[in-house]
Amino acid sequence: MINKEEIENLTQAHEEDFILNVGPQHPSTHGVLRLKIKLQGETVVHIEPHLGYIHRSIEKMCEASSYRNFIYLTSRMDYLSAHINNQACAMAVEKGLQLEIPKRAKVIRILMSELTRLASHQLWWAATGLDLGATTPFFVGFRDREVIMDIFDETCGSRLTMDYNVPGGTMFDLHPNFQKNVHAFLKGFKKNLPEYHQLLSGNIIFQNRTKGVGYLSPEDAVSFGCSGPTARGSGVSCDIRKWHPYDGYEEVQFNEVLETAGDCYARYCVRMKEMEESVKIIEQLIDNIPEGDFQDKTKAVLKLPKGEFYSRVETARGELGVYLVSDGTSKPYRMKFRSPNFSNLSALRQIAVGGKIGDLVANMAMLDLVIPDIDR
Amino acid sequence: MKFLIEYIGTVLKSISSLWSGMRLTGYYFTHPKEIHTQQYPDNRATLTLGERFRGEVVLTHDENNEHKCTGCTSCELACPNGTIKIVYKNVVDEEETGKKKKAIDEFVYHLGMCTFCNLCIIACPTDAIKMSHDFEHSTFDRKSLTKILNKPGSKLMKGVE
Repeated sequence: MINKEEIENLTQAHEEDFILNVGPQHPSTHGVLRLKIKLQGETVVHIEPHLGYIHRSIEKMCEASSYRNFIYLTSRMDYLSAHINNQACAMAVEKGLQLEIPKRAKVIRILMSELTRLASHQLWWAATGLDLGATTPFFVGFRDREVIMDIFDETCGSRLTMDYNVPGGTMFDLHPNFQKNVHAFLKGFKKNLPEYHQLLSGNIIFQNRTKGVGYLSPEDAVSFGCSGPTARGSGVSCDIRKWHPYDGYEEVQFNEVLETAGDCYARYCVRMKEMEESVKIIEQLIDNIPEGDFQDKTKAVLKLPKGEFYSRVETARGELGVYLVSDGTSKPYRMKFRSPNFSNLSALRQIAVGGKIGDLVANMAMLDLVIPDIDR
Repeated sequence: MKFLIEYIGTVLKSISSLWSGMRLTGYYFTHPKEIHTQQYPDNRATLTLGERFRGEVVLTHDENNEHKCTGCTSCELACPNGTIKIVYKNVVDEEETGKKKKAIDEFVYHLGMCTFCNLCIIACPTDAIKMSHDFEHSTFDRKSLTKILNKPGSKLMKGVE
């Protein structure tokens, strides 16, 4: 940890210091994040993230819309795991209604969540390659992601912001071709996964740029509130799917991926192995989708009882918490989202200070930031 | 001497790792048939969209220029963005009762505000509206994004309440 005095020392300007602005429109920030960086020579001595360039006040907008309507807004937070965001909100509302959703809806939700996680990690892998100077991974990653997008398109009606989860289950039933297409995707992806390792994991330039770079100790990971692959790369066990199973995750067999090195390469390995675990979960469920309703019947206007409801899920980037306060009317009194990216970004200073400016891009890539989720 | 052997070993390993990556890139370069990219404006004829694809909201009319919208405003209430606005008019029901009756005058749809969340389609009790597959929405004039979905002279289908 950097203590207060050290920060004050660092923030004082020296004659030889160089202040550099990265962003808000830098391609490697993956969005409109602005970093104010203080350099001494090539060494980063201070980083100050500036937020607010894409603030849309989603929490406040949620308070003005009904319990059925606010869910669609949350697809626009972490747009790469839109489905998992929708699931978290639907779960919070279901908790308030004391609704147990049908078994078929649960299985559909898990399948869609894991497909979303795969798509998200594929895009992260593709963009990481591009950030670190390799162009081919971008096309290889997008090739496999496109198949998942087509599956979403067929079942949910939309490719990126699915809005497929509603309180009480899912919006539609699965498309008749769903199982066939997922089987085809799994077959293709398992064949293609060695290509991912061949292109990037084993590459000597990539390894030199990530191994031993950006060390985050487990203590720091906990104190900054990191979650997801960022924390698991430092050996902190924090998978919500394991610790607080939701929507039937307790019935599927999978391993929580942990790495102990705590550097960029460890975070990379966690995500690569998580893809394999997601494939494992999908394989267990795809042939055993129970028959029955996909949606529980709910009233047209939902009214939650007075109280506070909290639900947490594991998105592709970490823990998303949805805190909902109800005053008994048809609109939420207060919404609060605990987004994984905001906490993960706060660890950036710890990771990148002391390193070189060239390593900053690698550090940013391995945190896998989605800026609309930070600003909300 | 030991250092030198290690050094040369690392160099050889590095070259082999770079070669294996480049080999894959070269493979796709020489096998263009395995590339999945479609050239969008050129593939319009072969482009297939899923049946649930959400393009824009349309009000379905049959061959007699009749629609099913009773003007119950379920869609208007379900829309999170205020995209839909239904304007009423009073019509005289000439055939049966001869009394004045409410009917829709204009089904106004602001395409520019729509987020294609499908909530209006689900809320509609008479299945009057649906999502079309038309997705090329860009125009030069913002005014053209405000659409009136009911065709001129159209009226409510018989038997739909």
